[in-house]
Amino acid sequence: MYQFVTGPLLWLSFSVFLIGVIFHIVQYIKGLDWKQDRVAYTQHIPFGLKGALRSVLFWLFPYGTRSWRNNPVFTCFIFVFHIGLVITPIFLQAHNLILRERWGFSLFTISDFYADILTLAVIVSAVFLIIRRIALEHVRFITSAYDYLLIAISAAPFITGMLAYHQVSNYRFWIVAHVLSGEIMLIAIPFTKLSHFVLFFMSRAQIGMDFGIKRGGMKKNLSW
Amino acid sequence: MPEGKLCNKKPVETLGELQALLADKSGKQYYEEMKNLDVDHEALWETIRKTCRSRMKTWLKICSHCGLCAESCFLYLANNRDPKQVPSYKIQSTLGEIIRRKGKVDNDFMRMVMDTAWSKCTNCNRCAMYCPFGIDTGVMNGYLRGLCFSQGFVPWEMKIGAGMHRIYQAQMDVTSEDWVDSCQWMVEENEEEWPGLEIPIDKEGTDIMYTVNAREPKHYPEDIAEAAILFHIAGENWTVPSVGWEETSLAMFAGDWAACKLQVDTIYAAMKRLSPKKMVVTECGHAYRATVIEGPYWAGYETGEPPVESFHYVEWVADALESGKLKLDPSKKIKEPVTYQDSCNYIRNGGLSDHARIIMSHIAEDFREMKPCREHNFCCGGGGGFNGIGKYRKERNIALTVKRDQILATGAKFVIAPCHNCWDAIRDMEEIYKIGIRWSFLKPLLLKMVIVPEHLKA
Repeated sequence: MYQFVTGPLLWLSFSVFLIGVIFHIVQYIKGLDWKQDRVAYTQHIPFGLKGALRSVLFWLFPYGTRSWRNNPVFTCFIFVFHIGLVITPIFLQAHNLILRERWGFSLFTISDFYADILTLAVIVSAVFLIIRRIALEHVRFITSAYDYLLIAISAAPFITGMLAYHQVSNYRFWIVAHVLSGEIMLIAIPFTKLSHFVLFFMSRAQIGMDFGIKRGGMKKNLSW
Repeated sequence: MPEGKLCNKKPVETLGELQALLADKSGKQYYEEMKNLDVDHEALWETIRKTCRSRMKTWLKICSHCGLCAESCFLYLANNRDPKQVPSYKIQSTLGEIIRRKGKVDNDFMRMVMDTAWSKCTNCNRCAMYCPFGIDTGVMNGYLRGLCFSQGFVPWEMKIGAGMHRIYQAQMDVTSEDWVDSCQWMVEENEEEWPGLEIPIDKEGTDIMYTVNAREPKHYPEDIAEAAILFHIAGENWTVPSVGWEETSLAMFAGDWAACKLQVDTIYAAMKRLSPKKMVVTECGHAYRATVIEGPYWAGYETGEPPVESFHYVEWVADALESGKLKLDPSKKIKEPVTYQDSCNYIRNGGLSDHARIIMSHIAEDFREMKPCREHNFCCGGGGGFNGIGKYRKERNIALTVKRDQILATGAKFVIAPCHNCWDAIRDMEEIYKIGIRWSFLKPLLLKMVIVPEHLKA
């Protein structure tokens, strides 16, 4: 089982993830229409590019925009969650050992101590996000079971990873559960709202181009 | 019955149809007929398949329901933070639902959609600035209005307004002859005080072609006179077209895209006919939005720019004050505390907030910013057609409270609002809530302060 989930199934998961992500990018760009969207995407390129970059970068920095600053606690947890979600799996020592063993190369790694901290941070942040969805009326009202499921899918690899690494009871069970939950997340990315993994950048760039080219950006930079 | 006599899927295109609607006071019969209007599912779905592209599909798909758009929405704030007023909810429960059901929605649903699209959103686009993904519910709501219009579910006043544009190429029943007569009348009324004053009509090759809101010749002709006098004092070489003089678009608020195109094509034809160096729009936000920002796309211009470089009135004023074309008497500056309404259409969506501040530095001693201000300012409460729809008057009056409180918080009793919709909303706000404020366009204020060159004096 371990050989299967870290072999063919892992290849399949990464392939689905990669092809799915590329598909979303291509579909998004192909679906842009200057006439329908009413944005002159291919004209005024310096303004479009500047608008897109400013839009992505201001929102990529914690507290970089008024909306992030208006919601300081949420912003803190959302950034911790996403930073942990991205950095931990890529730079974990155990993952890079497997990478070298199976695919012949590895990346820079972080110590297990920091990996533990990041993992705990992701789990705590996930709990916060769930509590927030329940506690705030306007968020609860628009939240569906699907939203909770996505938090679960995102946090599961970290919970199972923590349990496997610290060899709580049945190591074999938890390591397989860990790998499977990671693969579920990779496969879920192209098929669910987790596609915001890449569509965040497409959407942010697009609205940046809209404001940058058409809605006043050629007169004055919008302050996000 | 599938389609009524007054309420149907066809746009108003003839004077007879228009008059029949106008005779139906408050749209009584119109709304009664709407209760039985069939939804053409095939046409609705076909329109969506052709026009709902990756931008909007992505917005609807990746909205994570984080709720950050809530506090950005003045209607959410005005309605006691009702969760049904959260932008994400409003668009997902309407456009999102129509798409999920592939257009198979019924009459009751479409009437709910109409109510949401016109009484729960003014298309101010503020939510786009607060969403981590940049989801612009205002843009989607505009699209939704287009779907509603195509199916006949549109407020009575908007149906009439779109019809006006198709028949008159103006938002009101003002003909080209009426417009020219108004200009001549304003010259006659003022030429004694301003010798040599003129309103050149259809003059070719001028520096400025000036265009206005139909409300001015119809209800506030003195605004035309004020513009003429200021251009006269500034020494501008300017003209107005006899056809293509009106640059607003109730069709944009109605979601009648074909009428939007017709309207801007008329103005752009005037630009080409008269070849001015610049076009200047009067003190109106949605006119600037429709004619300068959105208009080129309706007209099919790939550059996204009108045929002639076009400016909002605040740009002309800022330039005239900075360059000295207009000189103001410093002793006549506004001394009392005064605030400025940053309109959604030419500030947040037009980038002109600096021009407004240049003007305020010239005309006011105690300028007090609203909080928030510039592109982050809130809608006046009456935008997107909200001011003009009787069915939603109660909702509009509630919506005014956010702006009321913003104004009161500045400590100023005087509001400068160079936009017809904002001006109307603030006037109505005072009538309803009696908070003791005054409001003004720029033109009358400038005329009180401007130093008149000797050679122009009576």
